[in-house]
Amino acid sequence: MLGPGGVVIVGAGQAAAELAVSLRQQGYREPITLIGDEPSLPYQRPPLSKGLLTGALDAEALLIRGQAAYDKAAIMLRLGTRVHAIDAQQRSLLLDGGERLAYDALVLATGGRARRLTLPGAEHPRVLTLRNLADVQRLREHFVPGRRLLIIGAGYVGLEVAAVAAQAGLQVQVLESAERVLARVVSAQLSAYYQQVHRRAGVVISTGVTLHAIDEQPDGSLGVSAAGGATWTADVILTGIGLIPNVELAEAAGIAVDNGILIDEFGRTSAPAIFAIGDCANHFNVFAGRRLRLESVQNATEQARAVAAWLCGKRLPHRIVPWFWSDQYHLKLQMAGLSEGFDDVVLRGTLAGDSFLMFYRRDGRVIAVDAVNRPAQFMQVKRLIASGGEGFSAQQLADDEVSLKVAPAIVS
Amino acid sequence: MPTIIMIEHNGTRHDVQAKAGESVMQAVIEQMVPGLLADCGGACSCATCHAYVAPAWQAALPVPSEDEAMMLDGVLEQRANSRLTCQVIVTESMEGLQFQLPASQC
Repeated sequence: MLGPGGVVIVGAGQAAAELAVSLRQQGYREPITLIGDEPSLPYQRPPLSKGLLTGALDAEALLIRGQAAYDKAAIMLRLGTRVHAIDAQQRSLLLDGGERLAYDALVLATGGRARRLTLPGAEHPRVLTLRNLADVQRLREHFVPGRRLLIIGAGYVGLEVAAVAAQAGLQVQVLESAERVLARVVSAQLSAYYQQVHRRAGVVISTGVTLHAIDEQPDGSLGVSAAGGATWTADVILTGIGLIPNVELAEAAGIAVDNGILIDEFGRTSAPAIFAIGDCANHFNVFAGRRLRLESVQNATEQARAVAAWLCGKRLPHRIVPWFWSDQYHLKLQMAGLSEGFDDVVLRGTLAGDSFLMFYRRDGRVIAVDAVNRPAQFMQVKRLIASGGEGFSAQQLADDEVSLKVAPAIVS
Repeated sequence: MPTIIMIEHNGTRHDVQAKAGESVMQAVIEQMVPGLLADCGGACSCATCHAYVAPAWQAALPVPSEDEAMMLDGVLEQRANSRLTCQVIVTESMEGLQFQLPASQC
């Protein structure tokens, strides 16, 4: 006999945890089973590159809920367990070890894994990545003042770790292949600003670097070489060069995949009774006007709520203005919307004062904003973007005397 | 273990057992009270744990930090007794502390 039926969730991250709880909150009464390959209860990942590294937080503080909460809600957790295959015809899962589990609905919340360098020497045990609690434990061993930390990749993970490492007294060097930091996600002006903030904190940043190889030196340190003959030496290397969505289970089951598991606005994949949510899922985003995959807590939780609603017989299409945050040093960076295709940038406030908003516009409409230490106005602009981004001239956006409050957006 | 009372926007009351030292948001999330999303996990970045503290309790709580005050300035339906529950740390003296969720949190 197959157990346990109901909703089976593959993955035990933020999306999975939100889905399980949201199902119960919306009245779902059948079994709910969450299968995770990590040993931990579901936890928040954003602090991994921030407070957890410094020791300001411990692993327990990251747990979204304690075991008692899942017990009370009759949510069964199968931790430290891997799924081997999906049988979409029979509506069952095969676990590593041979056990079979039936499902009425299957939700793939498989997340992603850190992309690895493919250079010679990249397999060295002191070339680390940062995606889960075990990774943090490995990196923390090297958080000793004076240690040389070399970070490959100047995205959010790389720069957040650079900030906490510099503050902890490590010698930090960042290498980036693009011509500027955060090149994929922010304007050149904001890249320059962040580059300067890091340099002031003692972080050495090199951009436009094409790496060749990593070698262990006779003294035990790690040597990194690049095109043009440049070299660096470090005690430990962290790579932060992106995420690969975990789509293999879906792909093997014949589910449509293209940079993530393809889903519709209700989280449905191409296979009946199979859904996908979070970092592993690729949705059509109405604000971007194209399909994309978002790696954010908000995307994970909102997609989870959309699937929970569907499974409870309600329709809650997932139509979100994406938003993200990144804490580095004393800077609270909050971003909303997607800036691709912008044709101008309007600044309110001053970069020198570490308090400003950068509006990205297309055809006169605000399509995205980056806010540094401006949380109240960030919230207002987030709603402005949700409601279409119209109604403010460039002069008004730039003028601190002009309120950015708009009528509440109706986002169904 | 003070009991904190969280009232949903629709009037449903939840008595939440809280531990001193945790935030009100954490205690409420643990009890799975609907409507309190807490998307940023307590980083004071999203304001999805916004609630109104009962007027009788308003003065008993430490005033909002600058970060919390700035976020509150940006929420829908801000009132004088608006708080971000992730920033309110539970103490033993908070027995009966009461909040209500705003319409935007339902």
